Amino acid sequence: MHISVKCFATLAKHTPAGADRYEVADGATVADVVAALGVAPAEVKIVFVDGVAAALDAVVPDGGRVGIFPAVGGG
Amino acid sequence: MSRLLRIDTNKRTFAFADMGAYAGLGGRALTSRLILEEVPALSHPLGASNKLVAAAGILTGTAAANSGRISLGAKSPLTGGIKESNSGGLFSQKMAKLGIQAMVFEDKPEDSAAPVVVVVKADGVSIVEAPELAGLGTYATSEKLLAAYGSRAAIMLIGPAGETCRLAASVQFTDPKGRPARAAGRGGLGAVMGSKKIKAVVVDDTGATGVPVADKDAFKAANKRWVEILGSHPVTSQGLPGFGTSILVNIINEAGALPTKNFRLGRFDQVADISGEKMVELMQARGGKPKEGCHPGCVIQCSQTFVDDKGGYLSSGLEYETVWAFGANCLINDIDDIARMDHACDDLGLDTIDMGNAVAVAMDGGIIPWGDSKAALELLHRVGDPKDSLGRIMGNGAKFAGQAFGVTRVAEVKGQALPAYDPRAVKGVGVTYATTPMGADHTAGYAVCQNILKCGGDVNPMTKAGQVELSKNLQIATAAIDAVGFCLFVAFAVLDTADAVQVMSDQIAAVTGKKFGPEDFLALGVNTLKDEIAFNTKAGFTKEHDQLPEFFAEPLAPHNTTWDFTPEELQGAKVS
Repeated sequence: MHISVKCFATLAKHTPAGADRYEVADGATVADVVAALGVAPAEVKIVFVDGVAAALDAVVPDGGRVGIFPAVGGG
Repeated sequence: MSRLLRIDTNKRTFAFADMGAYAGLGGRALTSRLILEEVPALSHPLGASNKLVAAAGILTGTAAANSGRISLGAKSPLTGGIKESNSGGLFSQKMAKLGIQAMVFEDKPEDSAAPVVVVVKADGVSIVEAPELAGLGTYATSEKLLAAYGSRAAIMLIGPAGETCRLAASVQFTDPKGRPARAAGRGGLGAVMGSKKIKAVVVDDTGATGVPVADKDAFKAANKRWVEILGSHPVTSQGLPGFGTSILVNIINEAGALPTKNFRLGRFDQVADISGEKMVELMQARGGKPKEGCHPGCVIQCSQTFVDDKGGYLSSGLEYETVWAFGANCLINDIDDIARMDHACDDLGLDTIDMGNAVAVAMDGGIIPWGDSKAALELLHRVGDPKDSLGRIMGNGAKFAGQAFGVTRVAEVKGQALPAYDPRAVKGVGVTYATTPMGADHTAGYAVCQNILKCGGDVNPMTKAGQVELSKNLQIATAAIDAVGFCLFVAFAVLDTADAVQVMSDQIAAVTGKKFGPEDFLALGVNTLKDEIAFNTKAGFTKEHDQLPEFFAEPLAPHNTTWDFTPEELQGAKVS
């Protein structure tokens, strides 16, 4: 299946080519996607799946939108 | 020994006074207590009875990291309630080192009086008539004043918007490079300063004795741990210095909470063009500077020097709120024009949050087209012409613009425009917008931390559970941090560090020589909020004023959540 996936801030370099149509195995979890992109899990603070914060073991739906963030803050 | 410097703006005289009943207070705790005690709640905000207070925090002027904030207080001409608006820059530390805890500007001269500059030095105070500065932008004014009074001076000043008493007028402060790019933006306090015909206040701490520290060893130990706390949290040590506050653009957009097209949508499809990541890329390519501090002793360094494609200076302190207000909220994706709008606001002395909302309202009202950055910039520049009636309307902020243009979709609470988080998708900060005595203000209780950033806890942003209590606790902690003079960004580290409140309390005890514990820190926040609520109650505010505009009952894409708190539920967020 295909998903869209982007990494942000200090993790931005892990955003893959073709990020809007990135192929992952059916039933892939957030952790699987993080690992496939070569992001160290310790660097990941928040992952959004379709705009909702998701745990590492959450399954990503087909066509899902994944955003991977380190710790960020501002205001 | 810290004192109050009282300035009679009508007689152009000054007097130093002991702290008296205000002893031990600083920052927001001092401004709010003094306004409650000395300003009649029903007075006109631009009349002789209102006072403008500029207070240094309890720790300001010491070596405590990130303690250099200045708090301004008055009755707000924008909200009609009490206001504390704080800022970075050099002014507060220099004032504190001169032994001045606060300056209080009282009374007002005739409308025909010339503007004055108040000059405060170790050897005295002078009040100088300065007709040549009338109508001048803050950049040109600071340049002239720094040339006249020396580069060691720090300046608090207003631009043309403050001089014409616009309701969205800010008070600007110079940064370490002498740029007036730091703002106490909210609540129209620039208009209060303008009503008193104070164009600028210059402070030079040459020869100052500094802030005495009662127990130097205890202070050194506490501050060492404080710097460790700030230096080891990823937000204060990596995120903010690396990308500035605009690091938030992408995450708030991803969460579906980035107000877009005057709060119609939760995501902006051109968000990548205005993100913190994009700003850093441009600054690196163009010779700007992505990382700067706004005052000595800052270990976070979230400011920057943003330059255009020819390397020319556009802005420093180009903040997330500003980028959002003129960007996503107006469907503008030209980051250079957004920086030009930020510069225009700093130069004219205007609050970027209220002005971004006002521009969106102008777009809603058909005054200029959606997404037209050049037209938006021109609209802002018109505020600088006192004879331009459209400029006069815009300078009064979003609510006034809505009334003038017949637009009902105005995101404001108590007359103050909403910041950069849609309350339907970040409900905790929505509770703060509705209930803080300040009018819509994200900094008053930044539940974005727990709702979105997973900092200091994890509370689902889209349901009501836990939000009222969360906002209340954050409003208390924030009021205390604002009283101490700390930059609010310390809160990211404080919320995740078990001993942080103890360490802040230890610093206060070491400086003052009096017992001060975490319970006193809490009481400082509670008492400050009580003072503010007491003032607003006397000024006529009721629970009916603690509400968001009714259009927030419409569902917000992509999550289709609505604002669904009753006024009664929201009252739980207020201290009593």
